[in-house]
Amino acid sequence: MLTIENLHATVAEKPILKGLSLTINAGEVHAIMGPNGAGKSTLGYVLGGRPGYEATEGRVTFAGHDLLAMEPHERAAAGLFLGFQYPVEIPGVSNVQFLREALNAQRKARGEEPLSGGAFLKLAKEQAGLLRMDMDMLKRPVNVGFSGGEKKRAEMVQMGILDPQLAILDETDSGLDIDALRICGEGINAIMRRPDKAVLLITHYQRLLDYVKPDFVHVLAGGRIVKTGGPDLALELEERGYEAVAA
Amino acid sequence: MTQALALPTRKSEDFRYSDIDALAQVWPVPSEDICLRDGEEGSLVVVELGAGPVARRISVTLGAGARFDLRILHGSATFGRIEVSCLLADKADFTLGAAQLGSGTATVEIVSTVTHQGQNATSRQIVRSVLVGHATGSCLGKVAVAKGAVGTDAEQSVRAMLLDRTATANAKPELEIYADDVKCAHGCAVGELDAMGLFYLQSRGLTPPQAKALMLQAFLAEAFAGAEEEERLQALALERLGAML
Repeated sequence: MLTIENLHATVAEKPILKGLSLTINAGEVHAIMGPNGAGKSTLGYVLGGRPGYEATEGRVTFAGHDLLAMEPHERAAAGLFLGFQYPVEIPGVSNVQFLREALNAQRKARGEEPLSGGAFLKLAKEQAGLLRMDMDMLKRPVNVGFSGGEKKRAEMVQMGILDPQLAILDETDSGLDIDALRICGEGINAIMRRPDKAVLLITHYQRLLDYVKPDFVHVLAGGRIVKTGGPDLALELEERGYEAVAA
Repeated sequence: MTQALALPTRKSEDFRYSDIDALAQVWPVPSEDICLRDGEEGSLVVVELGAGPVARRISVTLGAGARFDLRILHGSATFGRIEVSCLLADKADFTLGAAQLGSGTATVEIVSTVTHQGQNATSRQIVRSVLVGHATGSCLGKVAVAKGAVGTDAEQSVRAMLLDRTATANAKPELEIYADDVKCAHGCAVGELDAMGLFYLQSRGLTPPQAKALMLQAFLAEAFAGAEEEERLQALALERLGAML
């Protein structure tokens, strides 16, 4: 589904990713772990197409598309979802309006009919219920006045509504209390744990992986993947630290 | 009278950023006078989205306890100028909510003077501008508090969004206060759309023009909040934004 070959990327002309390669197949959950400054968030942003995060070398293929040649909205329509570490507040724009427009923009790009208001609300209600989020929250402006945990849950509701093929979740576990962590973890499983979908979890800690069991764990350090293993690698990292394991 | 009919120059403060050549085509500008007696209520919606040039002069006089709600959406393709003046007696209340949209080489401007003549009167002015291309948008807003107009509560908020570095926004809030015990708040800001917000919306599938329109709709919404025709104004503004982006 996603093939990253020898990806180099810079931010403000500073090289951050230095030859990263990774293949994710449908049905798989991958976790990327690594110390601060390793390039984890940069990887998410480069794949999402954030302006200023420039791929200087390498190739990324997503569902047959040359991902790096696409605009952010084209990537979304092709089935990519980027969960933000810090979801952005958009004052004055309600979640419902935003998500309906976003979903219908994606559907239009794929040549599908737009979803009616009623059908959309039904879908939104289902997905909000899955993340135990009140519909009233979805009527409020995007992320405005939401707590850290509510923002992350709202991201998962967005993911449920947009129904992507590949979700790249950047530190979805940060800012979550124990209950919210479990709810988000269960949400990720319910929405994305399917044979035709895949997940790339970017995280510092093992704790999210207790709920969302990864098939592969990668250690990112110095802009490259320095070690790959199974779920046990995350436990080993937790126990011995990045320096000892990645050395 | 003759003096009032003479075409002003840019030396005159109220016309400092104006397009005098365009103004000459519609000069002199007739005054549209609105007088509300004590306790009366009224409202007016002004929409000017044609090719222009257009200039309007709206003069509101409010008796004691009278209330008036004025909403403006304008964005003439060439030149649009809306002058508003309001005189408030005791406990009168005035709301001005205005959005101006400028594209191409258009000049759009709102020039307001709100005079608190009586005591305990309240006024709110909210002006939002969205400017693209080489457009110029100006807002010159004055609040005057006359001697003895104690208990005045006046508010003025002027914000402009520049979508291109080639567009220009001028904002000149002005206070003239001759009374004690008054509240006059004013704020003014000129900025660009938040790049991270735009990326966030696009990452969910909105095209760049859709993402911009959504953020701008929210920006303009403050000018129409609470208006009787809020939805119609929003829809008209959105349609115009769609054509501009």
